[in-house]
Amino acid sequence: MAKLKLAVFWAASCGGCDVAILDINEKILDLAEIADIVLWPCAADFKYHHVEAMEDKSIDVCLWNGSVRTSEHEDIAKLLRAKTKVMVAFGSCACFGGIPALANFSNRDEIFERAYIEAPTNDNPNRTLPQTLTKVKEGELELPEFYNTVHSLAQVIDVEYYIPGCPPPVDLILKVVDALATGQLPPPGSVIASEKTLCDECDRIKEGKSISKIYRPHQIIPDDKKCLLEQGILCMGPATRGGCGLRCIKVNMPCRGCFGPPAGVVDQGAKLVSAIASIYNAGSEEEISKMVDEIVDPAGTFYRFGMSTSLLKRKRIAGLNSPR
Amino acid sequence: MGEFEPKIVGFFCNWCSYRGADLAGTSRLKYVPNVRVIRVMCSGRVDPTFVLKALQSGADGVLISGCHIGDCHYQDGNRKTVRRFSLLKKMLTQLGIEDERVQLEWVSASEATRFASIVNDMTEEVRKLGPFPINGGISG
Repeated sequence: MAKLKLAVFWAASCGGCDVAILDINEKILDLAEIADIVLWPCAADFKYHHVEAMEDKSIDVCLWNGSVRTSEHEDIAKLLRAKTKVMVAFGSCACFGGIPALANFSNRDEIFERAYIEAPTNDNPNRTLPQTLTKVKEGELELPEFYNTVHSLAQVIDVEYYIPGCPPPVDLILKVVDALATGQLPPPGSVIASEKTLCDECDRIKEGKSISKIYRPHQIIPDDKKCLLEQGILCMGPATRGGCGLRCIKVNMPCRGCFGPPAGVVDQGAKLVSAIASIYNAGSEEEISKMVDEIVDPAGTFYRFGMSTSLLKRKRIAGLNSPR
Repeated sequence: MGEFEPKIVGFFCNWCSYRGADLAGTSRLKYVPNVRVIRVMCSGRVDPTFVLKALQSGADGVLISGCHIGDCHYQDGNRKTVRRFSLLKKMLTQLGIEDERVQLEWVSASEATRFASIVNDMTEEVRKLGPFPINGGISG
C-alpha cells in the first residue's frame, strides 16, 4: 500500500495540539510507517508554495488544529481543503473556536487597543497598529487581516471528522491513526469521542444534585470521591461530551468543557445555564441573586471552549451593529 | 425600506399566560400583533436554548410568561424559570444583548389587560432597540 500523505497545520492555537501528536510516543513510528508528512509547520520545513504545487486531493489526511482568526488561516484552510481528501478538525479550537474564541467577547479594535496601546509593557506613543498593507520605500509590506470574529474550521470549509479536546487525548488520536491505517473510517461528520456526556462516564459518587453555594476552585479542597458539582464546584460535565478519559476529574479538577456539547445539544452554554440554575437551591429573590453573584462569569465559563460554534457566536457590540 | 416591525417570540404557559392571552382575544382588547406565541406547558419548560435559538432565527425579542409565583400548576415550575432566567440574563448581558430584548413577566388567566399592556410596552421597547443583529452586525 502506498504511504498516506499527511498534513498537520496550526492556525490560532497554542501549539499544544502539535505536542499531543508527539505524545503518542513510540506509536509515532507507526504513524511514520503509514504516512509521509507533507506539511507540518511546527516540526518540518515546508512552505505554502509546496502545497500550492500539489495536485488537488493529493493529500490524504490533514489534521488541522486551531481556530480561524486571520485571513491567512482562512486562505490556507481553503487551500488545504482543495488539496486534501480527509479534513480533520483536531482539538477544541478547530472544532468549536476554543480558548482563542473568547476574543468573540471583543473585537479587533478593542483587542488592538489593549494589546498594542494599553498593556503596561507597551511603549507605543505613535499608536502603531498592525496594518494589512504598509508602504515603505522598498515596496509594499503585507500582513494577514485580523478578523473581528474567531471562527471554527467548519465555519470556513467542509470538515470530515472532529477530534475534540484541549488537547485531544492520545487514545483518540491513536484511534484515528488505526482507522487510517486500516482504512476503516467512520461516517463523515463523526466526532471521534463518546456520544454521551462526561457525567455519564464519571465514576464519582453522586448522591443528589442540590447545592446552595458555589465555590471557586481556590476556595475549597474537594473530596476526590464525590461529584464535584454536588460539592458546589462548577463542573461542565452535564453538558460536555465524554470520551476524554476523565483527565481533569481524575486529578480532582472540575470539567472545563473542552469536548464541547454532547450529541444532540445545540448550545453548550445555554444547557449549562439550565443545569446549574436547576440544581441551585434558591427560592427567594435574595437566594437567586446570591447564585447569580457566585457565578462570576457565566458566559466565559460556560462557553470557555465553544464560543465560535455557540448559537450567538459573538458578543453584540454597540456601534458595530448594522441592521440586517 | 418600510418601518421596522419588531418580531417577538412569546413562550406562554398553558395554564395562566396563554389563557390570559386568550382572554385578551375573546374580550376583544386591542393590542399590537407583534408577538408570535408558542404555547408551552409551563414557563419552566423554556430551555435557555429556546431563547437563543429564537433570536438567532430572526426574532428581535423574546417574552417568557407564566403563572405568578405561588400559582404554578406544577407547584414550583416557575420558580425554576426565575433561576434559569436570572442566570441567562447575566450571560446575555455579557453577550451584549440589551435588557429589554428578553423579558420574563407573570400573567394569570384573568389578566387580559395586563397581558395586552405588557405586549404593547415590550414591542415599543424592542422597536427602539432596532432589529436583532443575527450575525453580530460585523463582518470578518
